[in-house]
Amino acid sequence: MSLFLIAALPFLGACFPALLIRAGRNASAMSAGAVSLLALIGLLIHAPSVLRGEVIAARLDWLPELGLNANFFLDGLGLLFAGLILGIGILIILYARFYLSREDPMGQFYCYLLLFQGAMVGIVLSDNILLLLVFWELTSLSSFLLIGYWRHLPEGRQGARMALIVTGAGGLAMIGGMLILGNIAGSYDLTVILQQRDLIQTSPLYLPALILILIGAFTKSAQFPFHFWLPHAMAAPTPVSAYLHSATMVKAGLFLMARLWPVMAGTDAWFYIVATTGLVTMVLGAVIALFKDDLKALLAFSTVSHLGLITMLLGFGTGMAAVAAVFHIINHATFKAALFMTAGIVDHEAHTRDIKRLGGLRRLMPVTFTIAAVASLSMAGLIPLNGYLSKEMMLEEAAHTAWLQSTWLVPALATFGALLSAAYSFRYVAHVFLGPERDDYPSHPHDPGAGMWLAPAFLVSLVVLIGLFPETVAGGIVAAAAGAVTGGDLPEYHLKLWHGLTPAFYMSAVALSGGLMLLWGHAHLNRAWTNSPRPEAKTIFDAIVGTATRISRILTDRLHDGALTRYAAIFVAFTLGLAGYAWLSGTLGPQTRAPLEIAALPLIGWIGVIVSTVLMVAFHRRRLLALILMGVVGLVVSVSFNYLSAPDLALTQISVEVVTIVLMLLALNFMPKETPRESSPVRKTRDAVLSIGAGLGVGGLIYALMRRDFDLPTISEYHLNNSYSGGGGTNVVNVILVDFRGFDTFGEITVLGIAAIVIFAVTQAVLSGPVRGRLLNRKPDAPQSGDAHPLMMVVVTRMMMPVALMVAAFIFFRGHNLPGGGFIAGLIAAIAVVMQYMASGFGWAAERQHVPYHGIIGSGVLVAAVTGMGAWLAGEPFLTSAFGYVHLPGLEKFELATAALFDLGVFLAVVGAVMLALESFSRFAWQPGIAPEHAMDINPARDLDPKNPEEV
Amino acid sequence: MELLVASAVGVLTAAGIYLVLRQRTFPVIVGLSLLSYAVNVFLFATGRLILNRPPILDKHVTEYTDPLPQALVLTAIVISFGMTAVVVMIALGAYLSEQDDRIDTNAETGEDA
Repeated sequence: MSLFLIAALPFLGACFPALLIRAGRNASAMSAGAVSLLALIGLLIHAPSVLRGEVIAARLDWLPELGLNANFFLDGLGLLFAGLILGIGILIILYARFYLSREDPMGQFYCYLLLFQGAMVGIVLSDNILLLLVFWELTSLSSFLLIGYWRHLPEGRQGARMALIVTGAGGLAMIGGMLILGNIAGSYDLTVILQQRDLIQTSPLYLPALILILIGAFTKSAQFPFHFWLPHAMAAPTPVSAYLHSATMVKAGLFLMARLWPVMAGTDAWFYIVATTGLVTMVLGAVIALFKDDLKALLAFSTVSHLGLITMLLGFGTGMAAVAAVFHIINHATFKAALFMTAGIVDHEAHTRDIKRLGGLRRLMPVTFTIAAVASLSMAGLIPLNGYLSKEMMLEEAAHTAWLQSTWLVPALATFGALLSAAYSFRYVAHVFLGPERDDYPSHPHDPGAGMWLAPAFLVSLVVLIGLFPETVAGGIVAAAAGAVTGGDLPEYHLKLWHGLTPAFYMSAVALSGGLMLLWGHAHLNRAWTNSPRPEAKTIFDAIVGTATRISRILTDRLHDGALTRYAAIFVAFTLGLAGYAWLSGTLGPQTRAPLEIAALPLIGWIGVIVSTVLMVAFHRRRLLALILMGVVGLVVSVSFNYLSAPDLALTQISVEVVTIVLMLLALNFMPKETPRESSPVRKTRDAVLSIGAGLGVGGLIYALMRRDFDLPTISEYHLNNSYSGGGGTNVVNVILVDFRGFDTFGEITVLGIAAIVIFAVTQAVLSGPVRGRLLNRKPDAPQSGDAHPLMMVVVTRMMMPVALMVAAFIFFRGHNLPGGGFIAGLIAAIAVVMQYMASGFGWAAERQHVPYHGIIGSGVLVAAVTGMGAWLAGEPFLTSAFGYVHLPGLEKFELATAALFDLGVFLAVVGAVMLALESFSRFAWQPGIAPEHAMDINPARDLDPKNPEEV
Repeated sequence: MELLVASAVGVLTAAGIYLVLRQRTFPVIVGLSLLSYAVNVFLFATGRLILNRPPILDKHVTEYTDPLPQALVLTAIVISFGMTAVVVMIALGAYLSEQDDRIDTNAETGEDA
């Protein structure tokens, strides 16, 4: 199966459980399980060749210029992790089916779980580090959803938020680190980066990159001092904890350290940062775990401790330590997932996770006890379970590691950590399952159905099998994965139970016996622990977040206080500053174009624009006057377009002008007719300075542009040359719109349609509120004309209607070869209809208009889209146009082009959008009784008997 | 000719920005319309000014004005109409609902506006 498909399957499958939940919880769970199983099978197909040492790759270049490619590769490390993620995923899906209660939305759960699974698989299979970062962030997001799954619990929400903040912030740091790394290596592909060890380690940017990447890895893998989020994430349902904290999320950080091990490890910086952090985390996590009374909290801190152990091993930087780390990743995943599941079973059956209220469950829950005991003893490192093997290897490595010339520090602390680990593992068995049976459990516990214990039972069988036959069961994958970590050469080693009386054996013996002693003295220690002052991570975290929130609130309230005009002024000032800088720091070439002569006509137009604009600013308080002057400016602009060889623009501008002014008049009808004086002189001066500066800048810029020829050849030449031969039209502007840049136009009519529908929706919202009543009782604030619908105007506009529509049709059809086209024709047709609204009244016109404007917009966009898709039938890309010439007897030769059909879509969308907008505005004006019964106060037919209309 | 166009663009821009910085919605909308004119003419003029050479292909003509800015500006005109219509509607809706057409929401209007 293609690696793309393996990575995509969980994402694609995420919708199934959410949809199938209607068919029942079993269907939902089975669909989730089937998706994971399919992906796992797809992965395992590759397993034999990967175990032989091959690397499977799948490449898809997306933006190769930016180094952004969807490349995946599968080597031993990827296989190990992807196998854990998918395999344990299936077990979790089974377990969760029986764990979740009837009230929990199960479809949602599996949907989130699969999203998370997909993100994790993506991380471990990514070849491109940018892609890896995307998946990395996705795990933060989807784990947020999973941890906060019980959204009614405040702890759940807080835990989810904390996890998101910590891992998300770490992710940000990691983006920086990865970009630096990619920059050093000259590629964002891992396979390339992993070959550049010397280049990377000698780079001066090695240390910053290392630190940033490690922050990302440490936050994800809950390493000290970022370990505190993990226990709080335990508010999630137990299946989530089992999945996220045994095999997946927290292992992502370890995976990354292992992945980058060949190029990052081996330096002093790596050793002291990674190994020390791991060592501290291991001991600290173990100490806290020993004193936790909540089963899941105990397991959470034990996870922190074991993650620290693996981090430390990776930090040692030796080949053998890498083998131990990989082996322990497998072992930890098996026993810890099983332990979380047993904790969930205990909680599920006894209705408490508090160790103080438990004990003596051995006889009540024999199956659960067996599973929990095997898993715990493996965690404690008892022979012959798998935990023993990797712990021995860890102690062996620690035994000959020196830290700042001290040869005893690392071995001593490692033994101490192992000792604590043994102690809390023993405690998990002794205080929960051993001891006398009690009679005050919140609920009487008994073993659950097989559905719940099958998954952990399978895992502990692995624990035993790996322990007894390590080489047979896990040897291949450990070698393949460790080989991928170290980049090929592995030291000679044997996965076996008995290595003789090595130092590790003695350390292990000390740890186990010490662990037993700690368990024996636990009550005393616990009292001392509870009485000693300790910093509470959550309080510190909350204080930091609280302070950050307060600071940002102060900043936001100051900056975003709703003074929109100030924002606008700052924007203008900033742009001016930027432009000023560009002007001062840039150079200006000589003028190469001779200016055109100034003729009399343009001069008159210019005077018109300047005078109108100046008057507008001077009298802008009188709003109607400002609108009329705006019309003058628009008119001159359209005439100048025509003068300057742009007839299409002139036609468009003039028709848009008409519609805009009508629209603004409609709006002004309901608004104050005067703007009050309220700006202070200082403010006016500020605005004047800003706007004059901007005007000078823009004017100067365009003048400088117009007096110079193009520096580079333009692409316009191409359009001119191919318009007729390729697009079948001589009006190049129209051919660009409907053919060369048809996709832009398609987007544009869609936007226009959306704008009209937004207007409609706002109207609807405004009119459904108290505004409606106010409008209905509105008294006109100026005397109204006696004749709402003057006879002359009604007659003229009705006679004009067919003529105007004819003009629209004419403009439309000639558009491909002469000025015109769908946009202009649409505007003209809209104006033809608007005239009727204006002259005969809204009610009269609306009664005669049977097609809703939404439908016209929709059909326009559809016609354009279908025309574009028609090209697919011919095997061409979207919107490729075709044209041909047709001879019909009695008619001249004429052209048929698909572009005309596309233009029809444009036409319809424009008509619909303009009309819907104007219609929405007119709906504000409706008042009962305002419209006369007849549009022209005289209706020639009104005295007719409606039963005998023939009488006339 | 270039001077006329450039100065008109400059004056329209200045007037547009001045009106955009006013405190009531209506002048701001008018200002935005003026800015639209200025921007459209600006974009159009980047194709340089040529008289009597519309981009309508003809066998007897060899030189045309630049069609590309024209096509861009044509869509820009239509889109700016759409934008103006939406802004006008929002302004109208806001005025009708609040009986106030101030732009700044931090002004002391009695209650938390």
